[in-house]
Amino acid sequence: MRRGNIKLIPGPTLAFHDLGCSKGGRQLFKGVHCTVQPGRWLHIVGANGIGKTSLLRMLCGLSPIEAGDILWNGQSIRKQRGPFQQDLCYLGHLNGLQESMTVRENLAFTTALRGHACTAKAVSATLERFGVAGRAGHLVRHLSQGQKRRVALARLSLAPARLWVLDEPFVAMDDTGIQMLSGLIAQHLAHGGICVLTSHQSVTIGTVPAQTLELRA
Amino acid sequence: MNPPPSPSPMQLGLGAVMLAVLRREIALAMRQKGEVLTPLVFFIVVASLFPLGVGPESALLLRMAPGVLWVSALLAAMLSLQRMFASDYADGSLEQMLLSTTPLTLLVAAKALSHFLLSGLPLVLVAPVLGLQFGLDGQSLWILMLSLLLGTPTLSLIGSIGASLTLGVRGAGVLLSLLILPLYIPVLIFGAGAVEAHASGLGSGGHLSLLAALLVLALFFAPLATTAALKISLE
Repeated sequence: MRRGNIKLIPGPTLAFHDLGCSKGGRQLFKGVHCTVQPGRWLHIVGANGIGKTSLLRMLCGLSPIEAGDILWNGQSIRKQRGPFQQDLCYLGHLNGLQESMTVRENLAFTTALRGHACTAKAVSATLERFGVAGRAGHLVRHLSQGQKRRVALARLSLAPARLWVLDEPFVAMDDTGIQMLSGLIAQHLAHGGICVLTSHQSVTIGTVPAQTLELRA
Repeated sequence: MNPPPSPSPMQLGLGAVMLAVLRREIALAMRQKGEVLTPLVFFIVVASLFPLGVGPESALLLRMAPGVLWVSALLAAMLSLQRMFASDYADGSLEQMLLSTTPLTLLVAAKALSHFLLSGLPLVLVAPVLGLQFGLDGQSLWILMLSLLLGTPTLSLIGSIGASLTLGVRGAGVLLSLLILPLYIPVLIFGAGAVEAHASGLGSGGHLSLLAALLVLALFFAPLATTAALKISLE
């Protein structure tokens, strides 16, 4: 595995320690070990129903950790809920956008939830960057699936976070969208961030090699 | 690649985030006016049906007034409870709230407050008009308003527990009523009791103090219970 200058970026590391998960009495995966250094990204792969989303939800603290532990900056995330949540930005299968509110209102609200204010100017600049320029005043229900996904991703750059957890971020995106998102992730990694994502497609993030975690039953 | 620098974000205090929740709820309600009007119209219709059904005997109406008005208000405030978290649950906003840097308990409190403002407060304001139908005097109308003003926030807070417990459950509406109505009993007793006590010359101070005490208790415990229930629903 190639280890370039990105290895030297300081910042918190993410580690899974003997992680296990079961659902409805069935063991999904167990004994998952992995360490992700700052400036690297983790690609979680595995068959449908193997527990990729469950792993991401455990990582975010949406589901309890059943077996093993997840360490952020060397400390269990169970013991540092607040500080860890400050560092985390999660995008799940659901976009988290209220359909009957405008794009601007939605983004202002989600950034407020992350503890930041955002100006109308920042929103329109971000939307332009995400290829949905001029949609700030539109209701979310009038956008296409791909556009909704882009708006949801726009929150990544409106509120800074060290750890991005993205569940199938490339779904419903066109080629330019995929390129734009990989560029965004590459930039995030260059600043010492970490990205954990699931995707069934092969993903290229700039020149940063993928660290792959394959889940098996 | 050389993208524009990220906008430098300004930090928001906890109060500002709660205000953002409140403003969002109110903006959403203004866009779906039916949701605000339904409880209000329900309250007016139900409270007006009683004089029609019972007949124009003024002594009887006067005696029934506090109970009837309070029961109608209580049922009306319950109508919109189910929607408190349902749409946020469906579109993923609730996940984002759980992952917010602001504690979920405070966000939940803001949601309950907005529920009170949107479905409790209109009832408080329209109650004196309905009280007139029953022949309540001016002083009693004030007591009625005051008791509703202290009682309906408690209803919203207790209701938020039920709304979070029945999230994602089929037939949530009926289950919600079964869960919540027993918990509403103390509020109903002291609320209607305040107006009755005043009418019989006993003074309503004691009842109103108890209503306020219930509100303080609910304000402290309900958001905690709701937060715990929401976490379970999202697992």
